[in-house]
Amino acid sequence: MARRRVPRWLAANLLLLPAGFWLAVFLLVPLALVVEYSFATRDTGPLRVVLPWTTRAYRTALDPAFLPIFGRTLTYAGLTALACLLLGFPLAWFIARHAGRFRTALLAAVLVPFWASYLARIYAWKALLDGEGLVNRLLGLVGLDRDGGFLLTDGAVILGLTYGFLPFMVLPLYVACERFDYRLVEASYDLGHGRVSTFFRVVLPGVWPGVLAGSLLVLVPAAGDFVTPKLLGGVDQSTFGSVIDDQFRGGNNWPLGSAMAVLLLLLVVVVLMLRGRRGEDVL
Amino acid sequence: MSQTVTTREPATRPARRRTGRPWALIVAVCLVFGFLYAPIVWLALVSFNDSRTVSRFTGFSTHWYAELVQDERVIAALGLTLRIALSSAVVCTIVGTLAAFGLRRTFRGRGLWTVVLTLPLVVPEVVMGVSLLAFFVKLAGIPLGFWALLAAHVAFSLSFVVVVVRSRLAGMDTRLQEAAADLGAGPLTAFRTVTLPLVAPAIAAGSAFAFLLSFDDVVISSYLTGVGSTTLPVFVYGQASKRGVSPEIVALSTAMVGVSALLLLIGVAVVTWRARRVGRRVDLTVAG
Repeated sequence: MARRRVPRWLAANLLLLPAGFWLAVFLLVPLALVVEYSFATRDTGPLRVVLPWTTRAYRTALDPAFLPIFGRTLTYAGLTALACLLLGFPLAWFIARHAGRFRTALLAAVLVPFWASYLARIYAWKALLDGEGLVNRLLGLVGLDRDGGFLLTDGAVILGLTYGFLPFMVLPLYVACERFDYRLVEASYDLGHGRVSTFFRVVLPGVWPGVLAGSLLVLVPAAGDFVTPKLLGGVDQSTFGSVIDDQFRGGNNWPLGSAMAVLLLLLVVVVLMLRGRRGEDVL
Repeated sequence: MSQTVTTREPATRPARRRTGRPWALIVAVCLVFGFLYAPIVWLALVSFNDSRTVSRFTGFSTHWYAELVQDERVIAALGLTLRIALSSAVVCTIVGTLAAFGLRRTFRGRGLWTVVLTLPLVVPEVVMGVSLLAFFVKLAGIPLGFWALLAAHVAFSLSFVVVVVRSRLAGMDTRLQEAAADLGAGPLTAFRTVTLPLVAPAIAAGSAFAFLLSFDDVVISSYLTGVGSTTLPVFVYGQASKRGVSPEIVALSTAMVGVSALLLLIGVAVVTWRARRVGRRVDLTVAG
């Protein structure tokens, strides 16, 4: 071991330097800039005009006028997480317990749509939910169709978000289900518990870390996403993400957009702290 | 709790436990997979539809694809998207692999590095997008377009390469390098003949994911495309949000899903094949 001339810490830091440099310049500095902007007065010029400092953007963002958007975003994110849980649990449980040698293949099958162009898949829903779309015409066969289709509804946005972020739920749930000791279920049956009681008293507490990790992994992107609310929803479906987007895209009000971006970041920090170190291994 | 339940008759329980296949569960799983794949299948079918309207199927045709190939905007966008995805994958692979090796052993400050390197995974895309827009336009004065897009794509893809390569390194038996050293291999030879072949699949997978992330990105790119330099997903997003559903965009979306899925499958195949060859399974869940 005498051949090692470079101390370990120095070697490690040298190897990490390029990545650190890149992330410092193209992630940390821009984020700091957004924090700075969030305290700026309205910026109209082509260059950086930030003074004088003010908390006006935050007061606007937390104004009662924006409360419906907060509420809607949290409702969408919460319902999306719930829907992902309801759809994802059978999937995760099945893959972990019954899939046998098809386990890897089925997990890959969950992952493929996740990696294959989110935008294109949401676009497919836009076409499907349209007034002339397949969903509406199929529902028309049983008289459940809706004039103008299902676009521009809360349901459409929640459906799109659920569709987009389901894999985020399935993966941690799968890990939790795989670790779950099935003998506990048998013990529960032997002690006379029924299926429902066993599920709520034994299975659910057993896989709870996975439920928690999955929900948080779904909540964060669902709260920040603007592609789905913009493509499947309308003005009445604008969320946190789409309002931030509006402030920057139209050049409307960068300080307000920045303040909302900082609030979204704070939400992420809170979520990460809730998740703690416990869920980290499931990522 | 147990006292109350022992009073129930346990006679029916064993029968319930032995019920062969969980049919209800299988049906539920099929429905969920249907939900995941039906829109993609539908998209692909409609893209070959002859009709202008996507709601009626009138016949098989490839002319929407033919029209795409002739559309200069699409070809230009595709060219830019591929150039950025390739460049980003190359930079991410080199920088990310170095970083993964840097994190291999413990040293003071490793925790902080880990936090910084996983940061891009948790920052919401919209926040990263607007912050980079502010950075390039107001602070750096770099014009939007290729270089801005490349810088951003490397920033959000880098972590994936680090995570994938790092998990492979962590699962590696360090005794192999010691054995190589015992057999007289110098550090460089040991790296080249032992370490590198073992981590190569993870590096390949990492670069494939970096390419895919860049190829598919719409949120962050949508803030950074310059005049006359649009990536394919941003072009699709613009068309999709401006107009209704058009068969050209359906065909383009199908092609994008197809390319992404193909790349992913190639990546997974390479990883599992190489991993089997060296007698180890790589945990696929890392990819998520």
